[in-house]
Amino acid sequence: MQTAGLIVAVAVILAAAAFGVLRRARDGRVRAVSMSSPALEQLGVRPGQVTLVQFSSAFCAPCRTTRVVCAEVARTTPGVTHVEVDAESHLAQVRELGIRRTPTVLIVSPTGEVIRRAEGAPTLAQLRAALSALGRSASAPSV
Amino acid sequence: MLDPRGPRFAAAITTVVLVLVLAFGSGWLVLAQAVVFGVTALWPRYGPYALIYRPLVAPRLSPPTELEPVAPVRFAQLVGFAFATVAAIGYLSGVTTLGIVAAAFALAAAFLNAAFGFCLGCEVYLALARLRAPRT
Repeated sequence: MQTAGLIVAVAVILAAAAFGVLRRARDGRVRAVSMSSPALEQLGVRPGQVTLVQFSSAFCAPCRTTRVVCAEVARTTPGVTHVEVDAESHLAQVRELGIRRTPTVLIVSPTGEVIRRAEGAPTLAQLRAALSALGRSASAPSV
Repeated sequence: MLDPRGPRFAAAITTVVLVLVLAFGSGWLVLAQAVVFGVTALWPRYGPYALIYRPLVAPRLSPPTELEPVAPVRFAQLVGFAFATVAAIGYLSGVTTLGIVAAAFALAAAFLNAAFGFCLGCEVYLALARLRAPRT
């Protein structure tokens, strides 16, 4: 037995467990933010509607789930659209908007300002709640 | 497309293996784990742990409710391969500290994947891309 190695193994598992629990609690949580940037227009965000801007990457399994959730929200909520961005091919905008990991979803107001931000995959309920707080509710209960 | 529980199962075995590596300071065991990572990165469906999962574990579970793309699994295996290889070099060449540190990183990723379904590619790939491309 190697005592140093064993201690490291136990410490790593405890630290990783703490990190994992924290992450799970924070993932997908929609936070209020406020920023505007010309990067949004470059990513295809148009004024006049609420836009869900989703950043995805090639090696990201939860990005698929997030795509389905955002598309469903956009389909059922009037005045809300969904734009998915491949983060890797838009690194300048990724830096500009401070995107650290995928999936990250920004909610952009009709005036082109980022007003909410969620890192990690949000649930349908989390996104709907965030949007109805902004006065955008689903037109009909989803199936 | 893969049953996502397969890679989770593999990550659980990997966690146990890496704890044993650290506990016994075994360069050969972590070298074997590096080979497992490498084979799984090349052929995700035929990785050694997938070959245990499919006949022995999958039949006892309900059919998967969703399937996962292969690319994220591959990416995680490649990262695991890199860390396990460095750990093996460290242990086998007598630089034990290097072996411990590299094995510890691999253990953290494997444990997070097994326990929480942590997606390494989501966290790390964009960060690497941001580092690689020069700031304009």
